[in-house]
Amino acid sequence: MHEMGIALQIIDIATASIPPDAGNVRIEKVNLKIGKLAAVVPDSLRFCFEVAVKDTPLDGATLAIEELPVVARCKDCDAQWTISSPAFTCENCSSGALEIISGRELDIESIEIAEEDDHVS
Amino acid sequence: MFLDRLFKTQRCFHHPDSDHHHPHSHAHDGFSGVTTQKSGTREIKVVRRVLDVNEKMAAENRRMFAEKGIFVINVMSSPGSGKTTTLEKTLARIMPEIKSAVIVGDICTTNDADRLALSGAPVVQINTDEFGGDCHLAAHVIEKAAGNLALDDIELLIVENVGNLVCPAEFDIGEDARVVVLSVTEGEDKPVKYPLMFRECEIALLNKIDLLPYLDYDKQKAIACIHQVHPDMPIFEMSAKTGEGLEPWLEWLKQKVRQKT
Repeated sequence: MHEMGIALQIIDIATASIPPDAGNVRIEKVNLKIGKLAAVVPDSLRFCFEVAVKDTPLDGATLAIEELPVVARCKDCDAQWTISSPAFTCENCSSGALEIISGRELDIESIEIAEEDDHVS
Repeated sequence: MFLDRLFKTQRCFHHPDSDHHHPHSHAHDGFSGVTTQKSGTREIKVVRRVLDVNEKMAAENRRMFAEKGIFVINVMSSPGSGKTTTLEKTLARIMPEIKSAVIVGDICTTNDADRLALSGAPVVQINTDEFGGDCHLAAHVIEKAAGNLALDDIELLIVENVGNLVCPAEFDIGEDARVVVLSVTEGEDKPVKYPLMFRECEIALLNKIDLLPYLDYDKQKAIACIHQVHPDMPIFEMSAKTGEGLEPWLEWLKQKVRQKT
């Protein structure tokens, strides 16, 4: 529901990540990781991103989203597995003491900018 | 309608940038990454959490509340679960023993604030429409709202979040504990439909139990659903309306406040 806000944050962070020496460049792609447990819908985020990039250095940029599974580790028996349905007990020993190793991500991994200068080869 | 919502939401995230210092405005930030070349493009490593602006602000709030010795709870639920009635009854029972204040978030109206203010506790109403975000309270909104409270005179700050089981779970506001209210007029499987909310909260209040004789609600199934996503989560069965079962929740709250202040 707050995907537009997320899209605007992505644009802010991506714009701030353009190296100062890069000049007037255009960002072609933003590589994003979203965990399955994050309260973000990738399709809605893509739609908002497309609308929000207008008149920014990201105009026309692609949002590449890698969705990450929910991976848990049992604090009692150290088992590690991928959670595919909302059941948060250890598959091995039935303990409820879990550590969520991945699945909450909402991270910008990198940006890709159009290469204009000849001195970077 | 949808576009209208988009534009309202848009303002939400502009606020922190214009009002506060944030890491991405610092020259050193994000520029030091490894760059790699592809044909015609240059990839720049960023590796930043999208919500780190909110998380830093939440950490700042948490530090401020710790300094003042204020215990902060973030109360969340779907609309109509009885959050406001629960808090009315809670305040009536703990005031003036525990000096309390409330920040209440809604999209529109001051109805909830008006109801809670009758307790005598200072209440700040946030209409998220004005702040821009329409589905949750974010940390910078809490910081602003807290600025309207005499923090030196408060032991307990109750934040009544916007009625929504999705988005508020994603946003840290600097609270000490999160509490979810679930009522027996909702589906028993709400916890497995909204697992993040039920995992993020420390306790659950199962409200409106006075209605159980009139409903087909399977309470054991609801409890099993809660424990499926959050094993061992304490559940306080209660009716805010009749006052039945309020005591264990009030004891939990008082003990938490005593530990912090």
